[in-house]
Amino acid sequence: MNSAPALPAASRENPFPVRWTTRAVWIGLGLYVIYAAARLELTWERFVFGLGNGGRFLARMVPPDFTKMDLLWKGLSESLEIAVIATVFGVILSLPVGLAASRNLMPVWATWPARAFIALCRSFHPVIVAILFVKAVGFGAIAGILALIVASVGFIAKLFAEAIEEISLKQVEAVRATGASFMNVIFMAVVPQVLARFTGFATYQLDSNLRNSTMVGIVGGGGIGSTLFTAFQKFDYDFVLTILLAIIAIIFVGEILAGWIRRTFQ
Amino acid sequence: MTASGATNGAATNGSGQAGSAGTRSLSIRGLTKEYRRGTPVLKGITLDVAGQGITAIIGPSGTGKSTLIRCINRLVEPTEGEIWFQGIDLARLRGKALREARRRIGMVFQEYNLVERLSVMENLLCGRLGYVSPVRAWLRRFAQADIDRAFELLDIVGLKGFAGQRADALSGGQRQRVGIARAVMQRPDLLLADEPTSSLDPKTSVEIMELMADLTARNDIPVVLNIHNVELAKRFAVRIVGMAGGHVVFDGPPGDLRDEHLKQIYGGEGWLE
Repeated sequence: MNSAPALPAASRENPFPVRWTTRAVWIGLGLYVIYAAARLELTWERFVFGLGNGGRFLARMVPPDFTKMDLLWKGLSESLEIAVIATVFGVILSLPVGLAASRNLMPVWATWPARAFIALCRSFHPVIVAILFVKAVGFGAIAGILALIVASVGFIAKLFAEAIEEISLKQVEAVRATGASFMNVIFMAVVPQVLARFTGFATYQLDSNLRNSTMVGIVGGGGIGSTLFTAFQKFDYDFVLTILLAIIAIIFVGEILAGWIRRTFQ
Repeated sequence: MTASGATNGAATNGSGQAGSAGTRSLSIRGLTKEYRRGTPVLKGITLDVAGQGITAIIGPSGTGKSTLIRCINRLVEPTEGEIWFQGIDLARLRGKALREARRRIGMVFQEYNLVERLSVMENLLCGRLGYVSPVRAWLRRFAQADIDRAFELLDIVGLKGFAGQRADALSGGQRQRVGIARAVMQRPDLLLADEPTSSLDPKTSVEIMELMADLTARNDIPVVLNIHNVELAKRFAVRIVGMAGGHVVFDGPPGDLRDEHLKQIYGGEGWLE
């Protein structure tokens, strides 16, 4: 019966079977979007009304107000300080946490708590963490710094751990075979393999903290965010625009700086 | 001719005997390794290796040659058995004692296993990491004597002027030269080599074997290596150990190795044309 000629087409497997589960997921998603929009009373009239209001708001923003430069500069420099300090301490804290969380070098009793700690740091948005710290330690830069340190650990400790998990264990094995101690293995076989990526993550985090540092101020964590929030409350929309332009400028500068650091460490 | 030290028994009387050859000899007793419970890769290997010359382990892929080599410096954990070296059962060591034993055992790898992003000099100095504190390693404050020795070894292995090159810039043959130099940097009492030529072309393979034979003879270091190339094994080794199915099935000088042994080791005979 093996020698039978080609089977009739009908008995062959369908090369493009209908995948009902995928289809059901798409239909379910579509239905939920319609349901959610109805619940939130999203209507075209409401949208058009919002557009008109937005136009008036934009009109009040121009021309930007360049008269309060000392206030702007004070806020910006504080944000920069918050970002740099938070990144430095965040990275320093992330190094051991990330190492402890890497499953290829560490036993389960170390990775499990380290991963739980990282997950805890990640579980809240920096704004919520910032509010918690403002309540805990009071208004000002210290709350913002602490919030961003938590955010940094949550983000880069995980990336550090993943980078360590991707290293070549052959190189580690060879160094271990020389009788090197654990820390020597880390310094001579692990660090060289991950240093370039770690630098990349750290500069990315600096970039990210620079952006977030403008935001923690809104909830009382110091920096340009505080200045921005005050300007909003006083309806100084022209000064708001100045601040927004300054934030855009600082993000651009940060981007360039981060790229330069990455190249230096390659 | 089957199993344990029939030919070398005289040189090594059991474990950890004193004496010039005895201090560098190795004695494996009933070594078993199971990666999965109930399916042993090594089935009670007993083998004595004299403290000099090259002992080549040959055998088909997957027969546990690599596992045997790696059990000796405990890159692989033996399931059962004893490995006696310099009066110590390596199979039982833990922590600091294991690291101190590893310092005296050099290893050369099939894929060189250099730290790719470190320089050739740094890779050589990795051979001294058993003796250097983490702070000194981090700051690259190695002893001047070690650095001098590394330069000297670079000359010997034919890589003069390569000290500052990054390891990932080297060719396969050059990398293995660095790998051998790194192992010799340890001033080991035993050198293990796991398929040191399998990633290299035939000409480079011979050169690497010549270098390894020469360097280890010069420094009086016994070598245990496993190797696929039977011709290379016969050419450089003073003793051949043939493994098949987790057992030692041949043990003797290269001159005694006949086609029927190879048939027994590798199975079949069509390939022996």
